[in-house]
Order: sequence, then C-alpha cells, then structure tokens
Amino acid sequence: MPDPVSGAGAYVAAAYIVFVTLIVVYVAIIGTKVARIERELESLARLVEEPEP
Amino acid sequence: MYGSGLRPLSIATAVATAAAAVLIFFYAPIEADQGFSQKIFYVHVPMAIVALLGFVAAGLMAIKHLRSRDRSWDLRSYVAIHLSIILGVGVLVTGSIWAKASWGHWWRWEEPVLVSFLIVFLLYCVYFPLRFSIEDPDRQARYSSVFAITAGAFVPLNFVAVRLAEQVLHPRVFSQTGGDLPGEMFLTLMVSLLAMALLFVTLWKLELSAKHAAQQLKRLRARLELQSERRAEGRGPVPAGAGADGGAVATVPAHPTSA
Repeated sequence: MPDPVSGAGAYVAAAYIVFVTLIVVYVAIIGTKVARIERELESLARLVEEPEP
Repeated sequence: MYGSGLRPLSIATAVATAAAAVLIFFYAPIEADQGFSQKIFYVHVPMAIVALLGFVAAGLMAIKHLRSRDRSWDLRSYVAIHLSIILGVGVLVTGSIWAKASWGHWWRWEEPVLVSFLIVFLLYCVYFPLRFSIEDPDRQARYSSVFAITAGAFVPLNFVAVRLAEQVLHPRVFSQTGGDLPGEMFLTLMVSLLAMALLFVTLWKLELSAKHAAQQLKRLRARLELQSERRAEGRGPVPAGAGADGGAVATVPAHPTSA
C-alpha cells in the first residue's frame, strides 16, 4: 500500500476534506437559522405572556 | 410536519456513512491503474448520482405542485434543487482534484462527462435568480416549477447524450457490461451511494423543517401584531385565518424561501 500522506494521499485527503467542509458549512448555516427561529419564538412567547395594559 | 422521522434518518445516515468510510479505506482494494487516488471515486460518483437524481426529483415535485397547486410541493422542489447545487459544487471540485491526480490536468474541455455536468450545474444556478426576481409568491412558485420540470427533463437526456458520446478519459461507472468493477469495489460504491442518498434526504428534511418553522413563526407574528392593533382600536379579536384587510393572511409568504 502506498504511503497515504504523500502523492495521491494528499489529493484523496483534499477531496474528502472538500466534501466534509461542504456538509459542515451547510449544517452550520441551517443550525444558525434554527437558532434564530428559537430566539424569535422566545420573543414572541414573551410578547404573548405580557400582561395587557 | 417535515421533521417527522428525522432522528432515525440521521442515525441511519451516520451508520451508513461510517460503514462507507470503513469500506473505502479498509476493505476496497487499491486500484491497479490509478492507485490510491481512485479512493476519490467513492465520494465523487455517489455525489454526482445523488445530485442528478435530486434535480430529477425536484422536477417531479414541481409537477406535483402544478397539478395540486399545493405550494408545499414547490418548497420541497426548491430545497431539493438547493441541496443538489451544493452537491454539484462538491462534484466539480472533487472531480477536478481526481482529474489532477489521475490525468495531470484540473479540467479537460474535450471530455463530454465533465462539460455536460458543468452545463447542468450552470443551468440550475439560473434557478435562484429566476425564483427571487419574482415577488408574487404564487407566480414565483409557478415559474420556478416550470423551470424545475424543464431542467429536470434535461438531466436524463443529457445523461443519454453523454453515454452516446465518444469516451475520452472519464471512465463509465455503469456501462452495459456492468462497469467492470470488482465485487469489493462495487459493494463499497453501493454503500457509499446509500450513505450519500440518506445524507441528502436527511439534509432535505432538515432544511424543509427549518423553513416550515420560519414560515409558521412569521404567520404567528403577523397575527399577533394584527391582534394587538385591533385591541388598541377597541375592535374584537381577529377571526381565524383573517389578515389586516379582513381577508386571509396573504401578506406573509406561505413559505419563506429567502429565509
């Protein structure tokens, strides 16, 4: 088996890093959106629970 | 609604991805001609297949939208195209890396497989400016669906055209003779394909449920604001489904595609 660190191994590592990075960035963006929804939901809940003047 | 079954699906995706990784690096043999760089094949090919199937599935969902006028199908179609575009970026980048490792070039313009995939990718890149240039939500959904159907029909036609074209350098994975893949490599490819398909469905459901939650939130906020306005004016409570003008809550998009 060839040394996976040198030669072709660098290309293989680069290809898999690209794939993992794409997925991680995508999940992070969705996670940020979900966190924003949660924050908005909390503010909405506070608005509903506020006593009427 | 869209988030149902997300947990078991995520677990299945994680298990399939781990199994694929083990098979790729500890089971599949090193290819005699290309050596270790052929390992890129197990991420590049499943990504390409799933991306193209995602485009076709988006077209089928768009047909469902136009037939039923149910805009949730347009949202499904939009998310499928969005995800397929992301996988498409991965296909082009990993393909270039593999090409450099195997052929010594990042790109070959005379190779029909590469150029045809780039054409499909660029075609779908047009979908987003088209979609977001239309403000009316109904028209936006309708025009996007027509685009998704037309482009979706182009994908299999493109696939057949590439099969008929003369092969330059890019290998044919699924040929009429079975692609000449040894058993271990074929099994590894199938498990990688399953993992990629599961990943696609999981992320599709995740994005759908996030967009649906954002949509529900916008509706709630609009309704609450309307209610407090009416209360301030000394009018009664808002009837179910009513908007500011007394009609349906139509000022809030049915699905926040730009969210």
